[in-house]
Amino acid sequence: MPAVSKGDGMRGLAVFISDIRNCKSKEAEIKRINKELANIRSKFKGDKALDGYSKKKYVCKLLFIFLLGHDIDFGHMEAVNLLSSNKYTEKQIGYLFISVLVNSNSELIRLINNAIKNDLASRNPTFMCLALHCIANVGSREMAEAFAGEIPRILVAGDTMDSVKQSAALCLLRLYKTSPDLVLMGEWTSRVVHLLNDQHMGVVTAAISLITCLSQKNPEEFKTCVSLAVSRLSRIVSSASTDLQDYTYYFVPAPWLSCKLLRLLQCYPPPEDGAVKGRLVECLETILNKAQEPPKSKKVQHSNAKNAILFEAISLIIHYDSEPNLLVRACNQLGQFLQHRETNLRYLALESMCTLASSEFSHEAVKTHIETVISALKTERDVSVRQRAADLLYAMCDRSNAKQIVAEMLSYLETADYSIREEMVLKVAILAEKYAVDYSWYVDTILNLIRIAGDYVSEEVWYRVIQIVINRDDVQGYAAKTVFEALQAPACHENMVKVGGYILGEFGNLIAGDPRSSPLIQFNLLHSKFHLCSVPTRALLLSAYIKFINLFPETKSTIQEVLRSDSQIRNSDVELQQRAVEYLKLSSIASTDVLATVLEEMPPFPERESSILAKLKKKKGPGAVSTELEEGKRDGGELNGGAERGVDAAAAIASNASTPSPSADLLGLRSAPPVGSAAPSASSLLVDVFSEAGPTAPSGVMDDNFLRFVCKNNGVLFENQLLQIGIKSEYRQNLGRMYLFYGNKTSVQFVSFSTSVSCPGELQSELNIQAKQVEPQVEGGAQVQQVINIECLADFLEAPLLNIKFRYGGALQNITLKLPVTINKFFQPTEMSSQDFFQRWKQLNLPQQEAQKIFKAKNAMDSEVLKAKLLGLGTALLENVDPNPENFVCAGVIQTKAQQVGCLLRLEPNAQAQMYRLTLRSSKDTVSRRLCELLSEQF
Amino acid sequence: MQFMLLFSRQGKLRLQKWYVPLSDKEKKKITRELVQTVLARKPKMCCFLEWRDLKIVYKRYASLYFCCAIEDQDNELITLEIIHRYVELLDKYFGSVCELDIIFNFEKAYFILDEFLLGGEAQETSKKNVLKAIEQADLLQEASVCLHAGFPPSVLSESFLCSLDIAGVFRRVKLD
Repeated sequence: MPAVSKGDGMRGLAVFISDIRNCKSKEAEIKRINKELANIRSKFKGDKALDGYSKKKYVCKLLFIFLLGHDIDFGHMEAVNLLSSNKYTEKQIGYLFISVLVNSNSELIRLINNAIKNDLASRNPTFMCLALHCIANVGSREMAEAFAGEIPRILVAGDTMDSVKQSAALCLLRLYKTSPDLVLMGEWTSRVVHLLNDQHMGVVTAAISLITCLSQKNPEEFKTCVSLAVSRLSRIVSSASTDLQDYTYYFVPAPWLSCKLLRLLQCYPPPEDGAVKGRLVECLETILNKAQEPPKSKKVQHSNAKNAILFEAISLIIHYDSEPNLLVRACNQLGQFLQHRETNLRYLALESMCTLASSEFSHEAVKTHIETVISALKTERDVSVRQRAADLLYAMCDRSNAKQIVAEMLSYLETADYSIREEMVLKVAILAEKYAVDYSWYVDTILNLIRIAGDYVSEEVWYRVIQIVINRDDVQGYAAKTVFEALQAPACHENMVKVGGYILGEFGNLIAGDPRSSPLIQFNLLHSKFHLCSVPTRALLLSAYIKFINLFPETKSTIQEVLRSDSQIRNSDVELQQRAVEYLKLSSIASTDVLATVLEEMPPFPERESSILAKLKKKKGPGAVSTELEEGKRDGGELNGGAERGVDAAAAIASNASTPSPSADLLGLRSAPPVGSAAPSASSLLVDVFSEAGPTAPSGVMDDNFLRFVCKNNGVLFENQLLQIGIKSEYRQNLGRMYLFYGNKTSVQFVSFSTSVSCPGELQSELNIQAKQVEPQVEGGAQVQQVINIECLADFLEAPLLNIKFRYGGALQNITLKLPVTINKFFQPTEMSSQDFFQRWKQLNLPQQEAQKIFKAKNAMDSEVLKAKLLGLGTALLENVDPNPENFVCAGVIQTKAQQVGCLLRLEPNAQAQMYRLTLRSSKDTVSRRLCELLSEQF
Repeated sequence: MQFMLLFSRQGKLRLQKWYVPLSDKEKKKITRELVQTVLARKPKMCCFLEWRDLKIVYKRYASLYFCCAIEDQDNELITLEIIHRYVELLDKYFGSVCELDIIFNFEKAYFILDEFLLGGEAQETSKKNVLKAIEQADLLQEASVCLHAGFPPSVLSESFLCSLDIAGVFRRVKLD
């Protein structure tokens, strides 16, 4: 039989709910609801004053309608009226309506706040709790403004009832989360911490959530909580299962409180006090021991509660990362769970082991479970468990097991769920590159990847294999041979054709000696795929063909024939048509020498972090699954767009330059051809791979002096026979002002003198630069000054460009310089203690947060000079922090308008080897990398 | 915890509690996606899944799914027991609670939840203390009325805790 409701019933409400439930269709339901809404509206508008009960009933009906998913735009006033009723049930419904339906910027908020204020002052604990629940449920800024001062008082007052304290603690937590600036604990801190000692377990349970959140933000002020938490935990862990009465849950003493205590301890490094630490280690050991004891109950609730504490304890052990013994025990325990019959435990064990794998103490222990994890990947029926297994394999991979893991992941990929294929592909690609001992294995792996899961191989992956093949001459021949073989397959993925086209175009000559892969056979093989491919791939193939003409003159007539055919030279796609026409012309008019220069082998790519890794990081980020595809598309677009911009910029500079590049006319591939190494292949596709390196300094920009200004703000930026440019600059927070001094070194007037500052590419959205105009004439021997205001909106990599144009004796002078505005200019130095430094250092432990470089000293290794440079960088130089006095550590916060990025730096000089090791950690990977890059050029 | 949703096997939302500020539109979108995701999962799959940047912990009791979204560093197992404790509280209060109780007394379900969890954190984990608070409030109310006695028995009136007997649940599923 259905249960009988307790408490106060509302007959009309029950009837209405039954009516709705009896509606046979959506339309009938809407009709019934509209009828009810009309009825309620007329009651609220009616002349007759409604009694409290009716008001409550109608408000409750509105709430029900809202919860069904319909919009409600009236009734708020009546709900607010209920708040001041002295009947508890009416007040309660009023508060419920407000909690669910009133958004923060409602104008009613003042009235609501008034009612809450009255209830808080009523000294009736039930009313006070209702009011506190409402604040916690709404949690708006207006409420924080009104009550953030009052609630701490209620929380610590001696005469507050326990239940009110509990609500007050969590209410404050919610307000702190929405408006941390308004919740000032100051004088209350120590009394709040001491709530950990409260006799009432419920008060401790509620207060500890607040304390944990506050400790995360202000660890120093709350650090006394560590010893209190340890002793509380120790008392719970050692208590018998009946000691805690109603706080024992299925024979487990206070599981929620235990988890929260262990979680709080994870905000801090291991306790320094030996006694406290000993006690804590004892607790952790007891928890691990209990896991081995026979269960006190067969109920799943018992084992869940017990294991919840165990997993939280393991998290703490991993967080400390300093007790090898405990780490190994944790790992063994998780190993047992890997084969547990409960899917939940297997899932959590895989997840938890992932973090253990990154600790040096337990990495080896984790590796012993490789077979179990591989079989989980193959046999688990739940995709979310398989996903965890794949994550763990990725985390436990190192040089010793890379081949096995990569092979297993590849074979799993053949049947993997579509939802995780792209991520798997990225992971395989990264592992293959990271642990490649011989690059032929790497090439094989990536080509396998394209064969098995071609659709999921993103551009980053095939760009990367090409970059690596181009940079390693020992693998080029093998790569050419392998792609040639792979292309023999009757149906191969378009990505394979792209890689094949590019690699044979560059290195086909390395296998041309074999009659089975003679130049003509290579060409015919590529061309047999041509008609099945999309336009960008065809464009790439056309570029490969023109490269063939250079590599193998004997293919020239065949290829010219192809280029000349109507399907190419009259292709409806402009890009293809243009390529066909230009390549045909190029091959017929250019001499072999010119061809050889223009179509030279691609130069090595600058070494840099794998773009695949960046992609994986992004994938793992908060991006929603459903938007992933769109994001990918957009990024792709930007990449191409960016490349175009880069080329155009280079072209623009080239055409502006007073002496145009001699190769420009000869090539005639574009109206304004790019210069430099990107020129030979002029195809946007080939350039894509290249320019993916980011906008490198376009040729024509002088940046010799740029790096000299990283650690100083004043000096001479540029000087030639005519002009000298000096700089003085100052920075505060995210703002900077730069004075540029243009000195005319000649005795003749400069006319049409003009300067402009531009932010190329993404920099536009990262820096806001305003330059004052200068006079168009500069007299001989005179100096003019220009003021530039800079605002840093977000962290940035590139430098703004300063372009100066003037006429001197009739000749146009055009100079482009990199303006030395670097991210470190917006540093705010931060002093901190040694303990703080290392704690923060440890917190920034994600691999991408760190950037490290080992490099040779360029100057004498004088510690005073080093100090001056580090101070010039803008950080605080921290004394007595690093145990080795030879080392330097610094800390600072980069101020941008969008965010603040905390950075820690460590420089370790090795005088014997004349080398430095520079390590940077910051909360943002791009910042760490950029700073490392800039700074490694300074010493 | 960021939010808790209770929904039926037909995908009808029975209770929603949000501990982070979101617009109604976002709430509806999240609910739609999540209900779909969870309902698509087979029985015996694990109770946890990654969803956007959150961890979802869910469990089915008779006809109703209880589903919580927690943050990365939160503990999955203890959240599972939060769900169970809430079910126990409902069960104790209503006496063999079933979905119909929650439909007809949704406001009570909210009140009990507020006593147990506040701001997404456990406020009071003792069953006795929570029920004491609710009963005290009930004492302040007028006479009790029998609400839905007489409704025909259906899946909705299947008691949650009896259905902890897994086999029973599956039998039920097949019958429907």
